[in-house]
Amino acid sequence: MKRIMKIAATTALVVLGATAVYAGGGQEGATPGATATSGRGGTRVELLGAGASFPAPLITAWADEYRDVTNGRVTINYQSIGSGGGVRQFMERTIMFGATEAHLTDENSQLARQNTGGVAFNMPITLGDVVVTYNVPGVETGLIFDAETIAAAFLGEIRSWNDPRIAALNPGVRLPNLPIQIAHRSDGSGTTNIFTHYLSRVNQTWADQIGFGSSVNWPVGTGGNGNEGVSGIVQNTPGALGYVQLSYAVLNDLTLGYTKNKSGNIIQPSFEATSLAAAVPMPSDGRIMITDTDAAQGYPIAGFAWALVYENLDRNPAITTRNQAEELTRFLYWAVTDGQDLNEPLSYARLPDDAQEVAINMISALKYEGANIGEQVIADVRANGF
Amino acid sequence: MADVVVPASARAAELIPARYRNPGDHFFKLVVLGLSSSIILLAVVMPVVLFIEAAPTFRAFGFMDFLTETTWDPVAAIHGAWPFVVGTLITSFGALLIAALPAIAVAIFVSEYAPKWLARVINYTVDLLAAIPSVVIGLWAIFNFAPMMRDLVYMPIYMWAIEEAEWLIPIIGAPSTYNLITATLILALMIVPYTVALSRDAIAQVPVEQREASWALGSTRWEVIRQAVLPYARTGIVAGLLLSLARGLGETMAVAMLIGNRNRMPFTLFGPAATMPSVIINEFREAVEPLHYSSTMAVGLYLFVVTIGINLLASYIQRKLSISKGVL
Repeated sequence: MKRIMKIAATTALVVLGATAVYAGGGQEGATPGATATSGRGGTRVELLGAGASFPAPLITAWADEYRDVTNGRVTINYQSIGSGGGVRQFMERTIMFGATEAHLTDENSQLARQNTGGVAFNMPITLGDVVVTYNVPGVETGLIFDAETIAAAFLGEIRSWNDPRIAALNPGVRLPNLPIQIAHRSDGSGTTNIFTHYLSRVNQTWADQIGFGSSVNWPVGTGGNGNEGVSGIVQNTPGALGYVQLSYAVLNDLTLGYTKNKSGNIIQPSFEATSLAAAVPMPSDGRIMITDTDAAQGYPIAGFAWALVYENLDRNPAITTRNQAEELTRFLYWAVTDGQDLNEPLSYARLPDDAQEVAINMISALKYEGANIGEQVIADVRANGF
Repeated sequence: MADVVVPASARAAELIPARYRNPGDHFFKLVVLGLSSSIILLAVVMPVVLFIEAAPTFRAFGFMDFLTETTWDPVAAIHGAWPFVVGTLITSFGALLIAALPAIAVAIFVSEYAPKWLARVINYTVDLLAAIPSVVIGLWAIFNFAPMMRDLVYMPIYMWAIEEAEWLIPIIGAPSTYNLITATLILALMIVPYTVALSRDAIAQVPVEQREASWALGSTRWEVIRQAVLPYARTGIVAGLLLSLARGLGETMAVAMLIGNRNRMPFTLFGPAATMPSVIINEFREAVEPLHYSSTMAVGLYLFVVTIGINLLASYIQRKLSISKGVL
């Protein structure tokens, strides 16, 4: 009897204690929000984001660096749950920002306008690039492909490595009579979105029969989970042809195919070539697919990764205080300016100037309860640093 | 306080006047009741939630039409579960067929023939096999088993079939490293420990008198096993097989790593295929379109129904087939 009373009492205490701590934590965030019109309240803020797994290592590195820059004032909690989950949670407004490799559809943009009375920004933060990788005995890195051969191979029309169409592009390379085994991503992924978007742009049959998306109905081939799954298939299967993220291929020393772009130049995949591909006129809403780029030296199989953020930050229930909104704005501004220095060391392409400008324009349009905090924050950062 | 009389039974507790009763009893009863009903609640809530989430798919395609539709094309927003249902049935029944006989043989050997020390070693090893995470088995198979099978088995058979038995080609297909048969073999390996353990338990349940009676009639060891042990244990063995099958149905990671993930019928033995769990784990995370998302949920609901069905069948068989007709 006594013991049970004791247990009950202890439980009650623990629950009460937890509630108190929780409530306290809530207050801590809330009080400065009301007073922090001048900028940093000196309180700690956690920014909650979720989405695409491709930029996750970069965002995590940004988070570490940014915590140092702000002396621990701002921590970023980014959950790599995939573009689909990121978009869904962003639309449900349970996170402060999302990240995705497929920009919002018109439908979702409209829904966002209904929900928040403002725009949902697709803010470019980095670029993804996709390379073909293969396992052909006796053939090193640098086999040349063009739009037609890649599309025909992935449609199952080119069945053997010594097909004249591949041979014509690679004079002097001894191609074996080996069946081509296609390897593709089995999980939905932004990499697939970029790759199939490229195929849809360059090949009418592909566009009609398959289309593009983060998961498609592949006509041929074996599916592997993640970049590592695809490269595993390629490495273990003589004759395999697959596609992976460039950063993954570089880190793991995979064989890279070079690709002939729209201008007829043979482009060796590199982060510079990817940034060049994005040096095209940017629409102000950031929603552009840059596959099969017009840029003469640009790599053709590339695309943006976007951060998703609402124009009216106060209409997102995940953001509860003005202080949080300002810190989020400040972080986003840092990410597309100073943060970009981290991209290339981490094998991510840098935003080209045009795209950076678009992103900054979006940031300066951010509002909280009608007040234009974007411009304020940017002016404040330019005067006082982060 | 500590020397409160513990009632002999709950019935007795009712007879004790309230003021002498320990409120702890009541409290404990409430806790136990709450926890056990939460389990039942969970089993009910799960299919309900799955059904609600899957509703858009069933509205768009119909419950049965979604089952029999063979196209899974997220781009065109056409979804059908048939390829995955077929893939799941082939891999899990195939794995059970492959695993059953060896597993039962091991169980018989362990409980009837092996000396005690050897039985202990075998039991321990089998249990250990069950403890290996499926992702580890999958990794091993990706890098060793599958490439080896491709070079030593699939390619030679395919080459031979091209020359000698062309009618086989539509069944076996062009070999890829990760395919239906690799996934089935690995799945068989993974359910062997369960089948062994459950068959072993079933055999251990056979009363000693049953065996002794058979010995007394002058049976040989084989006759004892065949006439006394196996008939008595068969319900347990069959139920164990069905439980292993249910486990095979739901196995996700290793299968997704090895099956090659092809969402298009027709499947061939040496070609890639897909199962219900594999398509869920592959596509759920990145399913942006509402219909795509709810279709993975719908596949999950089918999987839930099939697994529950097999479990119910197992308990039914356990009662119906048993020698005592479920009395024991």
